[in-house]
Amino acid sequence: MNKFFFILLFFSLGVFASPEEDLDAFRDHFKSRFPSIGFSDYKNGVYSVDSSSREQWESIEEFPPYEINIEQGEELFNIPFKNGNIYASCFENKGIGIRQNYPYFDEDTNQVMTLELAINKCRKKNGEKPLNYYKGGPMADISAYMAYTSRGNIINIEIPNNEKALEAYEDGKKLYFSKKGQLNFSCADCHIWQSGTKLRADITSPGIGHSTHFPVYRSSAGRLVTLHERFAGCLNRIRAKPYKAQKDEYRNLEYFVTYMSNGLEINGPGSRK
Amino acid sequence: MNRRKFIKKSLMTVAALGTFSALLIKPKRVYAAWPKASFDITDLSKSINSVYGHNNLSKTTKVKLKVPDIAENGAVVPINVKTSLKNVESIMLFVENNPQPLSSGYMLSAKSKPVIGTRIKMGQTSTVIAAVKSNGKVYSASKEVKITIGGCGG
Amino acid sequence: MVAEANRENIMSTIKIKAKESKGSVTVRTLIKHPMETGQRKNKKTGEKIPSHFIQEVTCKANGEEVINVYWGPAVSKNPYLTFVYEGSKGDTIELSWLDNQGNRDSNKVTAK
Repeated sequence: MNKFFFILLFFSLGVFASPEEDLDAFRDHFKSRFPSIGFSDYKNGVYSVDSSSREQWESIEEFPPYEINIEQGEELFNIPFKNGNIYASCFENKGIGIRQNYPYFDEDTNQVMTLELAINKCRKKNGEKPLNYYKGGPMADISAYMAYTSRGNIINIEIPNNEKALEAYEDGKKLYFSKKGQLNFSCADCHIWQSGTKLRADITSPGIGHSTHFPVYRSSAGRLVTLHERFAGCLNRIRAKPYKAQKDEYRNLEYFVTYMSNGLEINGPGSRK
Repeated sequence: MNRRKFIKKSLMTVAALGTFSALLIKPKRVYAAWPKASFDITDLSKSINSVYGHNNLSKTTKVKLKVPDIAENGAVVPINVKTSLKNVESIMLFVENNPQPLSSGYMLSAKSKPVIGTRIKMGQTSTVIAAVKSNGKVYSASKEVKITIGGCGG
Repeated sequence: MVAEANRENIMSTIKIKAKESKGSVTVRTLIKHPMETGQRKNKKTGEKIPSHFIQEVTCKANGEEVINVYWGPAVSKNPYLTFVYEGSKGDTIELSWLDNQGNRDSNKVTAK
Protein backbone atom coordinates (compact mmCIF):
# COMPACT_ATOMS: atom_id res chain seq x y z
CA MET A 1 0.00 0.00 0.00
CA ASN A 2 1.20 3.45 -0.80
CA LYS A 3 3.00 4.84 2.24
CA PHE A 4 1.79 8.37 1.69
CA PHE A 5 -1.82 7.31 1.50
CA PHE A 6 -1.39 5.24 4.63
CA ILE A 7 0.02 8.15 6.61
CA LEU A 8 -2.80 10.33 5.33
CA LEU A 9 -5.32 7.80 6.50
CA PHE A 10 -3.86 7.68 9.97
CA PHE A 11 -3.40 11.37 10.42
CA SER A 12 -6.46 12.71 8.61
CA LEU A 13 -7.42 15.91 10.30
CA GLY A 14 -10.95 16.56 11.37
CA VAL A 15 -12.65 13.27 10.72
CA PHE A 16 -10.69 10.39 12.18
CA ALA A 17 -10.73 7.09 10.35
CA SER A 18 -12.64 4.63 12.49
CA PRO A 19 -10.75 1.90 14.32
CA GLU A 20 -12.28 -0.60 11.87
CA GLU A 21 -10.86 1.35 8.94
CA ASP A 22 -7.48 1.55 10.67
CA LEU A 23 -7.50 -2.21 11.19
CA ASP A 24 -8.32 -2.82 7.53
CA ALA A 25 -5.50 -0.51 6.43
CA PHE A 26 -3.11 -2.25 8.85
CA ARG A 27 -4.02 -5.71 7.60
CA ASP A 28 -3.88 -4.66 3.95
CA HIS A 29 -0.40 -3.27 4.46
CA PHE A 30 0.93 -6.50 5.92
CA LYS A 31 -0.86 -8.64 3.32
CA SER A 32 0.94 -6.82 0.55
CA ARG A 33 4.26 -6.62 2.43
CA PHE A 34 4.30 -10.32 3.30
CA PRO A 35 2.09 -12.08 0.77
CA SER A 36 3.22 -15.57 1.80
CA ILE A 37 2.45 -15.32 5.50
CA GLY A 38 -0.82 -16.88 6.59
CA PHE A 39 -2.77 -14.48 8.81
CA SER A 40 -2.73 -16.71 11.89
CA ASP A 41 1.07 -17.03 11.76
CA TYR A 42 1.45 -13.38 12.78
CA LYS A 43 0.89 -14.54 16.32
CA ASN A 44 4.46 -15.82 16.16
CA GLY A 45 5.88 -12.34 15.69
CA VAL A 46 9.34 -12.20 14.17
CA TYR A 47 9.30 -15.97 13.59
CA SER A 48 6.59 -15.47 10.99
CA VAL A 49 9.10 -13.50 8.89
CA ASP A 50 12.50 -15.06 9.70
CA SER A 51 13.11 -18.76 9.11
CA SER A 52 16.57 -19.18 10.65
CA SER A 53 15.61 -17.74 14.02
CA ARG A 54 12.32 -19.64 13.76
CA GLU A 55 14.24 -22.94 13.78
CA GLN A 56 16.04 -21.99 17.00
CA TRP A 57 12.79 -20.82 18.54
CA GLU A 58 11.12 -24.14 17.67
CA SER A 59 14.02 -25.92 19.35
CA ILE A 60 13.48 -23.92 22.53
CA GLU A 61 9.72 -24.44 22.32
CA GLU A 62 10.33 -28.21 22.67
CA PHE A 63 10.76 -27.47 26.36
CA PRO A 64 10.59 -23.73 26.93
CA PRO A 65 11.81 -22.18 30.20
CA TYR A 66 8.48 -20.39 30.67
CA GLU A 67 6.95 -23.74 31.66
CA ILE A 68 8.59 -23.13 35.03
CA ASN A 69 6.84 -19.74 35.22
CA ILE A 70 3.44 -21.15 34.26
CA GLU A 71 3.70 -23.64 37.11
CA GLN A 72 4.76 -20.91 39.53
CA GLY A 73 2.00 -18.65 38.25
CA GLU A 74 -0.65 -21.31 38.75
CA GLU A 75 0.49 -21.85 42.31
CA LEU A 76 0.48 -18.11 43.05
CA PHE A 77 -2.93 -17.70 41.42
CA ASN A 78 -4.40 -20.29 43.75
CA ILE A 79 -2.92 -19.08 47.03
CA PRO A 80 -5.60 -17.21 49.01
CA PHE A 81 -5.05 -13.63 50.16
CA LYS A 82 -4.68 -12.96 53.86
CA ASN A 83 -8.41 -12.30 54.03
CA GLY A 84 -9.20 -15.70 52.57
CA ASN A 85 -10.34 -14.49 49.14
CA ILE A 86 -8.77 -15.74 45.92
CA TYR A 87 -7.83 -14.14 42.57
CA ALA A 88 -10.57 -16.14 40.87
CA SER A 89 -13.19 -14.03 42.66
CA CYS A 90 -12.02 -10.88 40.83
CA PHE A 91 -12.35 -12.22 37.29
CA GLU A 92 -15.05 -13.67 35.11
CA ASN A 93 -14.88 -17.40 34.56
CA LYS A 94 -12.70 -17.57 37.69
CA GLY A 95 -9.85 -15.99 35.72
CA ILE A 96 -9.44 -18.95 33.40
CA GLY A 97 -9.30 -18.43 29.64
CA ILE A 98 -9.97 -14.68 29.72
CA ARG A 99 -6.75 -13.02 28.57
CA GLN A 100 -8.10 -12.36 25.08
CA ASN A 101 -10.60 -9.93 26.62
CA TYR A 102 -7.82 -7.60 27.75
CA PRO A 103 -7.27 -4.75 27.53
CA TYR A 104 -10.79 -3.39 27.57
CA PHE A 105 -12.17 0.09 28.11
CA ASP A 106 -13.61 0.33 31.59
CA GLU A 107 -16.56 2.67 31.25
CA ASP A 108 -16.90 3.10 35.04
CA THR A 109 -13.42 4.53 35.52
CA ASN A 110 -13.03 5.82 31.92
CA GLN A 111 -9.69 4.16 31.43
CA VAL A 112 -8.14 1.20 29.70
CA MET A 113 -7.97 -1.86 31.95
CA THR A 114 -5.08 -4.23 31.24
CA LEU A 115 -4.76 -7.70 32.73
CA GLU A 116 -1.78 -6.74 34.89
CA LEU A 117 -3.56 -3.68 36.21
CA ALA A 118 -6.58 -5.86 36.98
CA ILE A 119 -4.37 -8.28 38.91
CA ASN A 120 -3.08 -5.48 41.14
CA LYS A 121 -6.57 -4.01 41.43
CA CYS A 122 -7.68 -7.39 42.75
CA ARG A 123 -4.85 -7.41 45.26
CA LYS A 124 -5.65 -3.90 46.47
CA LYS A 125 -9.31 -4.79 46.87
CA ASN A 126 -8.24 -7.65 49.10
CA GLY A 127 -5.78 -5.73 51.24
CA GLU A 128 -2.60 -6.94 49.55
CA LYS A 129 0.39 -4.90 48.36
CA PRO A 130 0.75 -4.40 44.61
CA LEU A 131 3.18 -6.56 42.64
CA ASN A 132 5.99 -5.04 40.57
CA TYR A 133 5.23 -4.77 36.89
CA TYR A 134 8.85 -5.12 35.76
CA LYS A 135 11.73 -7.55 36.24
CA GLY A 136 9.67 -10.73 36.15
CA GLY A 137 8.55 -12.03 39.51
CA PRO A 138 5.06 -13.00 40.67
CA MET A 139 3.16 -10.49 38.46
CA ALA A 140 4.75 -11.88 35.31
CA ASP A 141 4.21 -15.47 36.52
CA ILE A 142 0.51 -14.93 37.16
CA SER A 143 0.17 -13.12 33.83
CA ALA A 144 1.92 -16.06 32.13
CA TYR A 145 -0.40 -18.57 33.77
CA MET A 146 -3.50 -16.61 32.78
CA ALA A 147 -2.19 -16.29 29.21
CA TYR A 148 -1.53 -20.02 29.14
CA THR A 149 -5.11 -20.88 30.16
CA SER A 150 -6.27 -18.62 27.31
CA ARG A 151 -4.22 -20.18 24.55
CA GLY A 152 -6.15 -20.59 21.36
CA ASN A 153 -8.77 -17.96 22.27
CA ILE A 154 -9.24 -15.31 19.60
CA ILE A 155 -8.59 -11.65 20.40
CA ASN A 156 -11.64 -9.57 19.61
CA ILE A 157 -11.28 -6.21 21.30
CA GLU A 158 -14.40 -4.13 20.80
CA ILE A 159 -14.04 -0.40 21.21
CA PRO A 160 -17.26 0.99 22.71
CA ASN A 161 -18.78 3.82 20.72
CA ASN A 162 -18.09 6.52 23.28
CA GLU A 163 -15.84 9.54 23.20
CA LYS A 164 -13.52 8.50 26.02
CA ALA A 165 -12.86 5.03 24.62
CA LEU A 166 -12.11 6.42 21.17
CA GLU A 167 -9.85 9.02 22.75
CA ALA A 168 -7.84 6.30 24.51
CA TYR A 169 -7.56 4.36 21.24
CA GLU A 170 -6.48 7.47 19.31
CA ASP A 171 -3.97 8.31 22.02
CA GLY A 172 -2.39 4.89 21.67
CA LYS A 173 -2.40 5.16 17.90
CA LYS A 174 -0.75 8.57 18.03
CA LEU A 175 1.99 7.24 20.31
CA TYR A 176 2.56 4.36 17.87
CA PHE A 177 3.09 6.68 14.92
CA SER A 178 5.03 9.52 16.61
CA LYS A 179 8.76 9.82 16.19
CA LYS A 180 10.59 9.63 19.49
CA GLY A 181 14.00 9.65 21.06
CA GLN A 182 17.43 10.62 19.89
CA LEU A 183 17.15 8.08 17.09
CA ASN A 184 13.85 9.67 16.07
CA PHE A 185 12.00 6.42 15.42
CA SER A 186 8.35 5.64 15.79
CA CYS A 187 6.98 2.17 16.54
CA ALA A 188 5.66 2.27 12.98
CA ASP A 189 9.13 2.81 11.53
CA CYS A 190 10.38 -0.59 12.71
CA HIS A 191 7.16 -2.55 12.92
CA ILE A 192 5.24 -1.33 9.88
CA TRP A 193 7.43 0.33 7.25
CA GLN A 194 10.64 -1.60 7.98
CA SER A 195 9.05 -4.71 9.45
CA GLY A 196 10.90 -7.88 8.52
CA THR A 197 14.12 -6.06 7.66
CA LYS A 198 17.45 -6.01 9.48
CA LEU A 199 18.01 -3.39 12.11
CA ARG A 200 21.67 -3.97 12.99
CA ALA A 201 21.62 -7.59 14.20
CA ASP A 202 17.86 -7.81 14.67
CA ILE A 203 14.97 -8.46 12.38
CA THR A 204 11.96 -6.31 13.21
CA SER A 205 8.69 -8.07 13.93
CA PRO A 206 5.45 -7.11 12.18
CA GLY A 207 3.03 -4.86 14.06
CA ILE A 208 0.20 -7.37 13.76
CA GLY A 209 0.39 -10.02 16.46
CA HIS A 210 2.58 -8.15 18.92
CA SER A 211 0.46 -8.66 21.97
CA THR A 212 -0.66 -12.26 21.42
CA HIS A 213 2.36 -13.93 22.99
CA PHE A 214 3.14 -11.87 26.08
CA PRO A 215 4.60 -12.16 28.64
CA VAL A 216 7.73 -13.57 27.00
CA TYR A 217 10.64 -15.47 28.50
CA ARG A 218 13.67 -13.72 27.09
CA SER A 219 16.91 -15.68 26.71
CA SER A 220 18.88 -12.47 27.09
CA ALA A 221 17.18 -11.55 30.37
CA GLY A 222 16.85 -15.12 31.65
CA ARG A 223 13.32 -14.34 32.88
CA LEU A 224 9.82 -13.23 31.87
CA VAL A 225 9.27 -9.79 30.39
CA THR A 226 5.80 -8.22 30.29
CA LEU A 227 4.45 -6.11 27.43
CA HIS A 228 4.95 -2.79 29.24
CA GLU A 229 8.50 -3.69 30.14
CA ARG A 230 9.05 -4.42 26.44
CA PHE A 231 7.57 -1.04 25.50
CA ALA A 232 10.00 0.57 27.95
CA GLY A 233 12.88 -1.47 26.54
CA CYS A 234 12.10 -0.35 22.99
CA LEU A 235 11.94 3.30 24.03
CA ASN A 236 15.28 2.92 25.79
CA ARG A 237 16.82 1.49 22.63
CA ILE A 238 15.75 4.45 20.54
CA ARG A 239 17.05 6.69 23.34
CA ALA A 240 13.72 8.04 24.37
CA LYS A 241 12.61 8.44 27.94
CA PRO A 242 10.33 5.51 28.73
CA TYR A 243 6.95 5.99 30.36
CA LYS A 244 5.93 4.24 33.56
CA ALA A 245 4.36 0.82 33.60
CA GLN A 246 0.58 0.69 33.62
CA LYS A 247 0.14 4.46 33.30
CA ASP A 248 -2.11 5.97 30.61
CA GLU A 249 0.51 6.03 27.85
CA TYR A 250 1.35 2.31 27.80
CA ARG A 251 -2.19 1.21 28.56
CA ASN A 252 -3.50 3.23 25.63
CA LEU A 253 -0.68 1.95 23.45
CA GLU A 254 -1.51 -1.62 24.51
CA TYR A 255 -5.17 -0.89 23.62
CA PHE A 256 -4.21 0.17 20.09
CA VAL A 257 -1.62 -2.61 19.59
CA THR A 258 -4.00 -5.33 20.81
CA TYR A 259 -6.87 -4.03 18.66
CA MET A 260 -4.52 -4.37 15.68
CA SER A 261 -4.10 -8.04 16.69
CA ASN A 262 -7.84 -8.74 16.54
CA GLY A 263 -8.56 -12.05 14.90
CA LEU A 264 -5.36 -13.67 16.14
CA GLU A 265 -5.24 -16.18 18.94
CA ILE A 266 -3.57 -15.84 22.32
CA ASN A 267 -0.40 -17.93 22.32
CA GLY A 268 1.38 -16.63 25.40
CA PRO A 269 3.57 -16.97 27.24
CA GLY A 270 6.20 -16.94 24.49
CA SER A 271 9.94 -17.47 24.11
CA ARG A 272 12.09 -14.76 22.65
CA LYS A 273 15.82 -13.99 22.46
CA MET B 1 51.03 -56.99 38.19
CA ASN B 2 50.10 -57.22 34.52
CA ARG B 3 51.01 -54.45 32.06
CA ARG B 4 47.44 -53.14 31.67
CA LYS B 5 46.98 -52.65 35.38
CA PHE B 6 50.36 -50.97 35.65
CA ILE B 7 49.57 -48.48 32.85
CA LYS B 8 46.15 -47.75 34.37
CA LYS B 9 47.73 -47.10 37.74
CA SER B 10 50.44 -44.83 36.42
CA LEU B 11 47.88 -42.79 34.50
CA MET B 12 46.08 -42.12 37.73
CA THR B 13 48.70 -39.60 38.72
CA VAL B 14 47.82 -36.40 40.53
CA ALA B 15 47.82 -34.55 37.22
CA ALA B 16 45.23 -36.89 35.74
CA LEU B 17 42.99 -36.80 38.80
CA GLY B 18 40.32 -34.13 38.50
CA THR B 19 40.23 -34.44 34.75
CA PHE B 20 37.94 -36.37 32.47
CA SER B 21 40.81 -38.75 31.71
CA ALA B 22 40.42 -40.14 35.18
CA LEU B 23 36.71 -40.60 34.65
CA LEU B 24 37.13 -42.37 31.34
CA ILE B 25 39.52 -44.91 32.85
CA LYS B 26 37.68 -45.74 36.04
CA PRO B 27 34.89 -48.30 35.95
CA LYS B 28 31.74 -46.66 34.69
CA ARG B 29 29.71 -46.92 37.89
CA VAL B 30 32.29 -45.25 40.07
CA TYR B 31 32.43 -41.60 39.26
CA ALA B 32 34.90 -39.30 40.90
CA ALA B 33 33.98 -35.78 41.85
CA TRP B 34 33.32 -33.19 39.18
CA PRO B 35 36.42 -33.00 36.92
CA LYS B 36 37.35 -29.47 37.88
CA ALA B 37 40.75 -29.49 36.20
CA SER B 38 39.24 -30.19 32.76
CA PHE B 39 36.53 -27.59 33.18
CA ASP B 40 39.01 -24.92 34.25
CA ILE B 41 41.34 -25.18 31.25
CA THR B 42 41.28 -22.11 29.01
CA ASP B 43 42.97 -23.47 25.89
CA LEU B 44 41.09 -25.74 23.50
CA SER B 45 43.84 -28.25 22.69
CA LYS B 46 44.86 -28.52 26.34
CA SER B 47 41.20 -29.00 27.20
CA ILE B 48 40.82 -31.86 24.70
CA ASN B 49 44.06 -33.36 25.95
CA SER B 50 42.87 -33.27 29.54
CA VAL B 51 39.81 -35.27 28.57
CA TYR B 52 41.34 -37.93 26.34
CA GLY B 53 45.06 -37.84 27.11
CA HIS B 54 45.65 -36.92 23.45
CA ASN B 55 44.49 -34.55 20.72
CA ASN B 56 43.64 -37.03 17.98
CA LEU B 57 40.10 -36.25 16.96
CA SER B 58 39.04 -37.93 13.70
CA LYS B 59 36.62 -35.79 11.77
CA THR B 60 33.68 -37.82 10.55
CA THR B 61 30.33 -37.27 8.92
CA LYS B 62 29.00 -40.00 11.21
CA VAL B 63 28.76 -37.46 14.02
CA LYS B 64 25.88 -35.07 13.38
CA LEU B 65 26.19 -31.75 15.17
CA LYS B 66 23.19 -29.46 15.01
CA VAL B 67 23.77 -25.84 16.01
CA PRO B 68 22.48 -22.62 14.44
CA ASP B 69 24.68 -20.79 11.90
CA ILE B 70 23.82 -17.50 13.56
CA ALA B 71 22.64 -17.78 17.16
CA GLU B 72 19.60 -15.71 18.06
CA ASN B 73 21.11 -15.05 21.45
CA GLY B 74 24.49 -16.13 22.83
CA ALA B 75 23.00 -16.93 26.24
CA VAL B 76 20.87 -19.79 24.90
CA VAL B 77 22.30 -21.67 21.92
CA PRO B 78 20.52 -24.98 21.25
CA ILE B 79 22.94 -27.82 20.47
CA ASN B 80 22.14 -31.39 19.49
CA VAL B 81 24.47 -34.28 18.77
CA LYS B 82 23.74 -37.72 17.41
CA THR B 83 25.86 -40.38 15.77
CA SER B 84 25.61 -43.69 13.97
CA LEU B 85 28.86 -44.84 15.59
CA LYS B 86 28.54 -47.84 17.89
CA ASN B 87 29.62 -48.40 21.51
CA VAL B 88 29.71 -44.71 22.29
CA GLU B 89 30.94 -44.20 25.82
CA SER B 90 31.00 -40.41 25.96
CA ILE B 91 30.13 -37.21 24.13
CA MET B 92 31.91 -33.94 24.94
CA LEU B 93 30.98 -30.46 23.78
CA PHE B 94 33.71 -27.84 23.32
CA VAL B 95 33.32 -24.18 22.43
CA GLU B 96 36.69 -22.99 21.15
CA ASN B 97 36.42 -19.31 22.04
CA ASN B 98 34.64 -19.64 25.36
CA PRO B 99 36.75 -18.71 28.41
CA GLN B 100 36.82 -22.44 29.24
CA PRO B 101 36.27 -24.46 26.05
CA LEU B 102 34.85 -27.57 27.71
CA SER B 103 31.15 -26.87 28.23
CA SER B 104 29.85 -30.29 29.20
CA GLY B 105 30.42 -34.05 29.11
CA TYR B 106 27.88 -36.84 28.65
CA MET B 107 28.88 -40.25 30.00
CA LEU B 108 26.73 -42.85 28.36
CA SER B 109 25.78 -46.30 29.61
CA ALA B 110 25.28 -49.55 27.75
CA LYS B 111 21.59 -48.65 27.48
CA SER B 112 22.18 -45.18 26.06
CA LYS B 113 21.46 -44.24 22.49
CA PRO B 114 24.14 -41.81 21.32
CA VAL B 115 21.86 -38.77 21.19
CA ILE B 116 22.11 -35.72 23.42
CA GLY B 117 20.90 -32.15 23.40
CA THR B 118 21.27 -29.09 25.58
CA ARG B 119 21.49 -25.29 25.45
CA ILE B 120 24.78 -23.50 26.01
CA LYS B 121 26.20 -20.02 26.48
CA MET B 122 28.61 -18.69 23.91
CA GLY B 123 30.53 -15.50 24.55
CA GLN B 124 31.48 -14.81 20.95
CA THR B 125 31.54 -16.31 17.48
CA SER B 126 33.27 -19.65 17.77
CA THR B 127 33.72 -23.13 16.44
CA VAL B 128 31.67 -25.66 18.38
CA ILE B 129 33.07 -29.19 18.52
CA ALA B 130 31.25 -32.38 19.38
CA ALA B 131 33.67 -35.17 20.31
CA VAL B 132 32.42 -38.75 20.45
CA LYS B 133 34.40 -41.62 21.95
CA SER B 134 33.51 -44.90 20.29
CA ASN B 135 35.41 -48.17 20.67
CA GLY B 136 38.30 -46.30 22.23
CA LYS B 137 38.71 -43.87 19.33
CA VAL B 138 37.65 -40.24 19.40
CA TYR B 139 35.66 -38.81 16.50
CA SER B 140 34.42 -35.29 15.99
CA ALA B 141 32.27 -32.87 14.04
CA SER B 142 32.49 -29.11 14.25
CA LYS B 143 30.63 -26.01 13.07
CA GLU B 144 31.09 -22.31 13.40
CA VAL B 145 28.34 -20.48 15.24
CA LYS B 146 28.13 -16.72 14.79
CA ILE B 147 27.20 -14.64 17.80
CA THR B 148 26.02 -11.12 17.09
CA ILE B 149 25.83 -8.24 19.50
CA GLY B 150 24.31 -4.84 18.92
CA GLY B 151 20.79 -5.36 17.79
CA CYS B 152 17.95 -3.06 18.50
CA GLY B 153 16.08 -5.71 20.41
CA GLY B 154 17.90 -4.80 23.58
CA MET C 1 18.00 -22.53 46.94
CA VAL C 2 16.48 -25.49 48.78
CA ALA C 3 18.86 -28.21 49.80
CA GLU C 4 16.45 -31.11 49.48
CA ALA C 5 13.30 -30.27 47.58
CA ASN C 6 11.71 -33.60 46.88
CA ARG C 7 8.89 -33.20 49.37
CA GLU C 8 5.24 -32.96 48.34
CA ASN C 9 4.64 -29.37 49.32
CA ILE C 10 7.73 -27.91 47.64
CA MET C 11 7.73 -27.65 43.87
CA SER C 12 10.60 -29.61 42.33
CA THR C 13 13.13 -27.69 40.27
CA ILE C 14 13.08 -30.54 37.78
CA LYS C 15 10.47 -30.95 35.05
CA ILE C 16 10.70 -34.20 33.11
CA LYS C 17 8.99 -35.49 29.99
CA ALA C 18 9.69 -39.09 29.02
CA LYS C 19 8.22 -40.77 25.98
CA GLU C 20 8.78 -44.28 24.68
CA SER C 21 8.76 -45.15 21.01
CA LYS C 22 10.02 -48.33 19.32
CA GLY C 23 12.00 -49.44 22.35
CA SER C 24 13.67 -46.07 22.95
CA VAL C 25 12.73 -43.66 25.69
CA THR C 26 13.45 -39.99 24.93
CA VAL C 27 13.87 -38.02 28.13
CA ARG C 28 13.62 -34.22 28.12
CA THR C 29 14.23 -32.23 31.23
CA LEU C 30 14.12 -28.55 32.15
CA ILE C 31 15.68 -27.56 35.44
CA LYS C 32 15.15 -24.32 37.31
CA HIS C 33 18.67 -23.12 38.19
CA PRO C 34 20.57 -19.82 37.82
CA MET C 35 23.68 -21.45 36.27
CA GLU C 36 25.67 -18.44 37.41
CA THR C 37 29.15 -18.40 35.88
CA GLY C 38 30.85 -16.35 38.55
CA GLN C 39 31.87 -13.74 35.98
CA ARG C 40 28.83 -11.46 36.15
CA LYS C 41 29.03 -8.39 38.34
CA ASN C 42 26.39 -7.07 40.67
CA LYS C 43 25.42 -3.78 39.00
CA LYS C 44 25.02 -2.00 42.31
CA THR C 45 28.04 -3.18 44.28
CA GLY C 46 30.39 -3.96 41.40
CA GLU C 47 31.26 -7.27 43.03
CA LYS C 48 31.25 -10.54 41.14
CA ILE C 49 28.20 -12.71 41.68
CA PRO C 50 29.54 -16.03 42.98
CA SER C 51 29.42 -18.99 40.61
CA HIS C 52 26.42 -21.23 41.18
CA PHE C 53 25.84 -23.95 38.64
CA ILE C 54 24.81 -27.58 38.34
CA GLN C 55 27.85 -29.81 38.03
CA GLU C 56 26.29 -33.24 37.76
CA VAL C 57 23.04 -34.66 36.47
CA THR C 58 22.27 -38.34 36.79
CA CYS C 59 19.39 -40.31 35.41
CA LYS C 60 18.27 -43.75 36.51
CA ALA C 61 15.69 -45.92 34.83
CA ASN C 62 14.19 -48.53 37.15
CA GLY C 63 17.07 -47.95 39.54
CA GLU C 64 19.78 -48.44 36.93
CA GLU C 65 21.93 -45.50 35.87
CA VAL C 66 21.43 -44.71 32.18
CA ILE C 67 23.42 -41.49 31.86
CA ASN C 68 25.72 -39.33 33.93
CA VAL C 69 26.23 -35.75 32.84
CA TYR C 70 28.89 -33.24 33.82
CA TRP C 71 28.05 -29.60 33.28
CA GLY C 72 30.16 -26.47 33.50
CA PRO C 73 28.91 -22.89 33.97
CA ALA C 74 28.61 -22.46 30.18
CA VAL C 75 25.37 -24.42 30.17
CA SER C 76 22.45 -21.96 29.89
CA LYS C 77 20.35 -20.71 32.79
CA ASN C 78 17.32 -22.89 33.52
CA PRO C 79 19.17 -25.66 31.73
CA TYR C 80 17.70 -28.15 29.32
CA LEU C 81 18.88 -31.68 28.68
CA THR C 82 17.66 -34.40 26.38
CA PHE C 83 18.95 -37.93 25.93
CA VAL C 84 17.70 -41.33 24.79
CA TYR C 85 18.05 -44.82 26.25
CA GLU C 86 16.71 -48.31 25.51
CA GLY C 87 13.64 -48.63 27.65
CA SER C 88 9.92 -49.29 27.96
CA LYS C 89 6.67 -47.56 28.73
CA GLY C 90 6.18 -47.58 32.45
CA ASP C 91 9.87 -47.22 33.29
CA THR C 92 10.43 -45.26 36.51
CA ILE C 93 12.76 -42.45 35.58
CA GLU C 94 14.59 -40.65 38.34
CA LEU C 95 16.61 -37.55 37.60
CA SER C 96 18.86 -35.83 40.13
CA TRP C 97 21.32 -32.97 40.14
CA LEU C 98 24.08 -31.64 42.34
CA ASP C 99 25.47 -28.12 42.13
CA ASN C 100 28.78 -26.51 43.08
CA GLN C 101 27.30 -25.10 46.28
CA GLY C 102 26.27 -28.54 47.49
CA ASN C 103 22.57 -28.21 46.69
CA ARG C 104 20.63 -31.14 45.22
CA ASP C 105 17.23 -32.01 43.94
CA SER C 106 15.61 -35.01 42.32
CA ASN C 107 12.35 -35.94 40.70
CA LYS C 108 10.63 -39.03 39.30
CA VAL C 109 8.29 -39.68 36.41
CA THR C 110 6.92 -42.69 34.61
CA ALA C 111 7.79 -43.09 30.93
CA LYS C 112 4.69 -42.79 28.77
